[in-house]
Amino acid sequence: MKMKHTLAALAALAVAGGALAAGADLGQAQKQATNWTAIVMFGIFVFATLWITKWAASKTKTAADFYTAGGGITGFQNGLAIAGDYMSAASFLGISGLVFANGFDGLIFSIGWLVGWPVITFLMAERLRNLGKFTFADVASYRFAQTPVRTFAAISTLVVVAFYMIAQMVGAGQLIKILFGMDYLYAEILVGTIMMMYVLFGGMTATTWVQIIKACMLLGGATFMAVAVLLQFGFSPEALFTKAVEVHSKKDAIMAPGALIKDPVSAISVGMALMFGTAGLPHILMRFFTVPNAKEARKSVAWATTWIGYFYILTFIIGFGAIVNLIADPAAFFVPKMVDGVQAIGADGKPVWDGLKGGGNMAAVHLSKAVGGDLFLGFISAVAFATILAVVAGLTLSGASAVSHDLYASVWRHGNVDSATELRVSKITTVGLGILAVVLGIAFEKENVAYMVMLAFVIACSGNFPVLFMSVLWKNCTTRGVVVGGTVGLILAVVLTIGSASVWEAVLKNPKGSAWFPYNSAAIFSMSAAFFTIWLVSILDNSAQAQKERALFPAQKLRSETGLGAAGASGH
Amino acid sequence: MQDVLARIDANPKFHEFCSRRSRYSIIMTIISAAAYYGFILLVAFQGPWLGTKLGAGMTTSIGVPLGVGVIVFTIILTWIYVRRANSEFDETNAALIEEAQK
Repeated sequence: MKMKHTLAALAALAVAGGALAAGADLGQAQKQATNWTAIVMFGIFVFATLWITKWAASKTKTAADFYTAGGGITGFQNGLAIAGDYMSAASFLGISGLVFANGFDGLIFSIGWLVGWPVITFLMAERLRNLGKFTFADVASYRFAQTPVRTFAAISTLVVVAFYMIAQMVGAGQLIKILFGMDYLYAEILVGTIMMMYVLFGGMTATTWVQIIKACMLLGGATFMAVAVLLQFGFSPEALFTKAVEVHSKKDAIMAPGALIKDPVSAISVGMALMFGTAGLPHILMRFFTVPNAKEARKSVAWATTWIGYFYILTFIIGFGAIVNLIADPAAFFVPKMVDGVQAIGADGKPVWDGLKGGGNMAAVHLSKAVGGDLFLGFISAVAFATILAVVAGLTLSGASAVSHDLYASVWRHGNVDSATELRVSKITTVGLGILAVVLGIAFEKENVAYMVMLAFVIACSGNFPVLFMSVLWKNCTTRGVVVGGTVGLILAVVLTIGSASVWEAVLKNPKGSAWFPYNSAAIFSMSAAFFTIWLVSILDNSAQAQKERALFPAQKLRSETGLGAAGASGH
Repeated sequence: MQDVLARIDANPKFHEFCSRRSRYSIIMTIISAAAYYGFILLVAFQGPWLGTKLGAGMTTSIGVPLGVGVIVFTIILTWIYVRRANSEFDETNAALIEEAQK
């Protein structure tokens, strides 16, 4: 029994830090033996998706096709694609790893990732669809001066995309070492090249279908694992929990909240980042323009919420399944604790084990082998890697749109540009971003990137969300207000995050306890500051431009509420 | 087109409809935020209570059905809103537009 305690406690230690900070860090990984089954399955996925890209390429002729698949995606399809965008490898591996280490705490964490969706549904989906065309800047700048608002929105988009992307690229490199037994560098080049092919040739149509296929594979694989686990216990969660408590080092503590919530301010701040950050992520917002109308936009968020919620319930079962199955066979899944070249023996005379092979985030991957053998392990490994590939493609597309549609076509050329030229610029940007992603992935290989996904959420909720919300819903809002307020939110989000322990101490290597920002997340301060600044600067703004913008509000409201004049499907 | 918009804008029923729909969206947002923050505050202040067993001799704690409940509740709330928005609200909206086009 003691041996099991020790190893589960160590696994817990290994996973807690990174997963708690961001749910995204896959840490530094040891290269494992080459896994041919996984490589072949991933090869099949790539082959199938490139074949779809070829078909999508024949449909991608205009800028509208490239950015939004011509608005011809149905609500159900878009819902799956949004879920695909959101269910990253980090949330699958990270949350199931967190449940494996801490039990109940993993559930608290996953609920946080879900609660942003109703906010989008109730407040944003319809208005976004009615006002926007290609990017969220279309909505934010609807009645404002185009140049400053779009420049801000594009910069904010690129910053969010960059942080999110680095975390994904570094994750891909670490994963390929464990899952495929290949070098870090291969992952960067593989992800960079294939993702560029999806976006470059197939635009939004290909990116959407890659997400749909990936979402189905991930949901299918996770369902299989959860059912296999429940089958072992006659579909009684109670029996599963009882067995898990019996074998886990933390015993009954895994059924109650543990150390996840440090203080109420951090808890609420993290909650705000997740809740409102989701409604400010550019690659998610962009998906609302791929459906023909507001009705389908609403349906897509409802389906996305359903799939994501279902997926998080599965990861909870998978985490508990991992506790029961992996601890039962430590030789297969754990690293022996070595002392002077031989495995240490505990006081009870049994061998002592260190953390999970490949790190704490591998709980779900190891469970796939335990319940489905090598073939299923190959499948889950391929899905985990495909997940990163698809998410990176979505990010690249939204970054490319910000550059070509907002910066080039609207700011630089003042809208005087034909669709073919705009499309060419998006494609050049896609190549540029693809190369940048590979370079950043390589540059950050040895860095601690645990905080990056959370930072992307904090920036999205402090920069993009207040700007969108106020410009659409508050009549007295002005250009100056959103640009100054959004910038304050963005800068504060970055600065306060740098001052928090997860960057100041863990990344910048300052001594423990020296972090000058005491909370886990900056959101509660940076988002409030953004809203307050937008309000203050707007009411103090009495320029002629501000008067004109206020006078345009009724027309904007009419369009956002009725959908009259909204960009329709382009007829595919 | 400008005409139609002007007539919709002049229709008091339109503004009444907009505020009714906004009110509904805001109430739904508050309900979903209350469910989530209620749960988080329970975790922060009443952690041990969430660990209380559902029944004598059971392992499952109150927190598990409650946590899964928040997820299921969020999904159901979303569908309730979408159902009403896609039927009643869209029909009213279409009727208002039609009225203005006459």
